[in-house]
Order: sequence, then structure tokens, then C-alpha cells
Amino acid sequence: MIKVVFFAALREQLDCSELMLNSKNISTIADLKRQLASKSEQWQALFSNTLLLSAVNHDMVNSEQKIKSGDEVAFFPPVTGG
Amino acid sequence: MTNNTFPEISIQTADFSLADEVALLEQNNAIDGAIVTFTGRVRNHNNGMNVSGLTLEHYPGMTEKSLAKIITIAKTRWHIGRVKVIHRIGELNIGEQIVFVGVTSKHRQDAFAANEFIMDFLKVQAPFWKKERTEQGEAWLDAKATDDTKAQKW
Repeated sequence: MIKVVFFAALREQLDCSELMLNSKNISTIADLKRQLASKSEQWQALFSNTLLLSAVNHDMVNSEQKIKSGDEVAFFPPVTGG
Repeated sequence: MTNNTFPEISIQTADFSLADEVALLEQNNAIDGAIVTFTGRVRNHNNGMNVSGLTLEHYPGMTEKSLAKIITIAKTRWHIGRVKVIHRIGELNIGEQIVFVGVTSKHRQDAFAANEFIMDFLKVQAPFWKKERTEQGEAWLDAKATDDTKAQKW
């Protein structure tokens, strides 16, 4: 299983802060995004946003990053702290 | 001086005291002649709108990890002594302190540069998000392209 967490505006727009996904057929961040986008038209629209950032086990990664069962993957908008 | 036990990162809802933080950076640290501090506060306006306050969300765990990485890089690039980064989360009102970065070094150039470097990378890499309260309601802030430009110049 892969734990997926969402933050800030994305979390609110999805109305979801986290979910668990079977890691079968998912080997990269891009695969995971495709699977999440297939949930609904709204999820499709939100996950086609190219500004969306992703992290695996608390490290920022790009879409080619490999993922495996047990990983925690996060998706969030560009950060605005400071 | 090594500071393996100096607590470098704090993510907190509580306010902080600039004087207390400077005292901690100075305490038993006669080797460093320079202390550079930066404090960020909540502005009363943004993009032409009056702001009454904001809410700060973060990603617990990744926040600390990303700040630790930024501090580690700063230490490889400049000769610096102690580093302290404080970032507040939760509900904040106008004028309240949000962020503190303090850096000590033997001579001022290293502390000046490392402080700005840490702040510039915190802005684009640390997972914090601001939601502003304005007369028009609540809205998540958009990231600024100028912040990416500033980080890239390093």
C-alpha cells in the first residue's frame, strides 16, 4: 500500500487529506497521478496542474521518481511560507 | 565550534522573543563575532487587498527535514557557527511574527549570506502554505515567481 497525503488548497479542493492506494501497477509518481486523476473529472483537472509539487517520504521529487509499497507520497501546491 | 546539541529548528504555534533567541545564539559562543537575524511579520496588505490575518498550514515531518537540508547546505557553503530557524503555524494576526532565522559566524559576510540563503530556500522548498483572511473572505496565497528567481541566484 502507498499512503497519499494532500495539503493546503489541493486538500480542500479534493475534500480529502489522505488515502491509501494499492501499489500494484504504480511504479512512479506519474503512474500514481494518472490513477488519482481517473477518480473523477475534478480530480483529473486538479492533477493535470503542472505546478503541483510532489514529495516521497518527505523529500521533494519529480514525476519520474520511483515509488514502492510503504512509501508516503504527498501532493501540494507551490509553497508560500516565510 | 560544533553545535551538535543546539536546537536548530522549531515549528511552533507560540510567539518567539527576538531577545531570547539572540541570547541563545550568543550563549557560550565567544568564537563568533557576528550575529545576523531576520524576522518576518504578517503584513496588513497583499496584492492590493486588506489582510486581517492568516492561517499557516505545514507538512509535519517534511517541514523539519527540508529545513535541516537547507541548513546543512548553508553550513557547507559558508563558515557559520550556530543556526536557528523558527516558523510559526496556525492562526496569526497582523503584525505578528511568523518566521525567524538567526545565524552566527566569526565574520559578518558568512552570517549575512547564509541567513539570506536559508530564507530564500525556506520560501521555495519548506512545505508551508498561507491562507489569508481578507474583507473578500479566505484565500490561499499564490506562490511568487520572484521567490523562485531569488533562490535560483544562489
